[in-house]
Amino acid sequence: MEKRATFSSTTIGLLFALPMLVLIFVFFYWPSGQALYWAFTLEQPWGGGNTWVGLQNFRQLLSDPYYWGAISRSMVFGLGSTSIAMGVALLLALFTDREMRGHKAYRSVFIWPYAIAAPALGLAFRFILAPEAGFLSLINQIWPGLWNPALDGTDAMIAVIIAFSWKYVGYNFIFFLSALQSIPRSLIEAAAMDGSGPMRRMWDIQLPLLTPTLFFLLVINITESFQDSFGIVDIMTQGGPARATELMVYKIYFDGFKGLDYSGAAAQSIILMGLVVLLTIVQFRFVERRVHYK
Amino acid sequence: MVERTPIFNAVCQIVLFIGLLTVLLPFLIVVIAATHDIRTVNTVPMPLVPGSDLFANLHEAWIRADLGRKLLNSFLFAGTVAAGKVLLSSMAAFAIVYFRFPGRMLMFWLIFITLMLPLEVRIVPTYAVAANALAPFQAILDVTGISWLIRNVSGLQVKLEWGLLNSYTGLILPLVATATGTFLYRQFYLTVPDELAEAAKMDGSGAVRFFVDILFPLSKPNMIALFTIMFVWSWNQYLWPLLITTDPNFGIAVTQLKHLIPSEFGLPDWNVAMAGTLIIMAPPLIVVILMQRWFVRGLISTEK
Repeated sequence: MEKRATFSSTTIGLLFALPMLVLIFVFFYWPSGQALYWAFTLEQPWGGGNTWVGLQNFRQLLSDPYYWGAISRSMVFGLGSTSIAMGVALLLALFTDREMRGHKAYRSVFIWPYAIAAPALGLAFRFILAPEAGFLSLINQIWPGLWNPALDGTDAMIAVIIAFSWKYVGYNFIFFLSALQSIPRSLIEAAAMDGSGPMRRMWDIQLPLLTPTLFFLLVINITESFQDSFGIVDIMTQGGPARATELMVYKIYFDGFKGLDYSGAAAQSIILMGLVVLLTIVQFRFVERRVHYK
Repeated sequence: MVERTPIFNAVCQIVLFIGLLTVLLPFLIVVIAATHDIRTVNTVPMPLVPGSDLFANLHEAWIRADLGRKLLNSFLFAGTVAAGKVLLSSMAAFAIVYFRFPGRMLMFWLIFITLMLPLEVRIVPTYAVAANALAPFQAILDVTGISWLIRNVSGLQVKLEWGLLNSYTGLILPLVATATGTFLYRQFYLTVPDELAEAAKMDGSGAVRFFVDILFPLSKPNMIALFTIMFVWSWNQYLWPLLITTDPNFGIAVTQLKHLIPSEFGLPDWNVAMAGTLIIMAPPLIVVILMQRWFVRGLISTEK
């Protein structure tokens, strides 16, 4: 789309864009370039600049079982929380969209979780899911030692997945509901006139029409599970017990700022960046080709 | 709809009600735990009847996490970041939509691609840049030989330095650039009728005038929507503030949650921790509840 009426002064145009361009140059492109540089070099221990080491950082990383552990844990976390958050949100949105009694209240309350900061809900869930106090401790009274996220890695992973999914149910709900509401009512009414029940209509009309939204949310949820998980993990488990919840971003933070291994952290950043770029490209390609029903 | 489906309706209502409980329960537990004393909060199961220590706990959390100062910082931080995002993205989108200079599309893509570089993945080098925000320019001067030239001509050694660690600038500036905001504004400008710009030009107004007097008032709904989601987003930032502010004077509320985690020795004072959580999570929640329409609208129009 092009504007018919435009202004001719190039200087003024550039001046308008300049602040944003300077910021993205200094805080986005330069650091990304820096990460690339660090990933292929190694800093001298006593200063004196970096030496070029080629792919050594990556080779070291890819032969590190802890790194593969972080990758597979991130996958488990991403897939687990994404499927819970999207599944629950989809169900709630489909039912809320039927506009039964109280739907206005549901519509606003289901959004609330997304307003909560990840670390805040991390602390809240740390209490709710604590083994000795809070809510799940009831389980331990019945079966002692069954639930202990402070010691058991699987429990800890379940705990962070629950906390993260809880927040993103709110996010996904917003998108599902707005997509449902943009489906023309006449379609649903026509199907109802033809005698299909509400479940049939959901399955055969609403769900297929939601596929673009489903796919969009799938990508966003996985990308966010890489990023927004940091606060939850840092507050709830700090990567423990025994690295059981050490996700990729947490490992970058830990290696970079606690271990001061800039080259290793940079190589990890590059790999993660590659993953995010890949996901984004997939999303755009899909969105380009998506079917329009209008 | 046309048919009656009492059983399915009942199922829907039950599922929705369970969903409602799942969403509200954590809020409820946080609020109730914040009202108990330390002994009651540690009983299993915790009584769901609120206790009477809410204000004592809030007070204790307020002091322990230094929330007076930190909440003020948070408001300042989130407000400025959100306002900066709105202002900068409205300007950048204006340049992209209303001008015809070469490299315009390149600019658009440069801004757009930053979507793929979230802060979390470039955190280490971004921190290094924040230690000296002028380092990129220094490096350019060095590489192009300009600093060598200046040294030889004037005898001055060029040394650009501007540290941002432990300052409001460092907290705010790196988060202000936004691709989603620029995208939202671009979409909005494209819907503004061409006749407006034509009429303005005919009346002799320049670009700046048109931007300030016509586009700015027109984009108020956009501004509110973008500001709402960006305020909530910035308030909830954690990793960047955690790294950049080691000086407690510049800390924000969300990073203080770490100081509220009960110690592992002795009876954990979850009541104080939950009281602190309650205070810290309240502002964005209130924004979302009060501005729900704008929040939803902003979120949906920026993310597509």
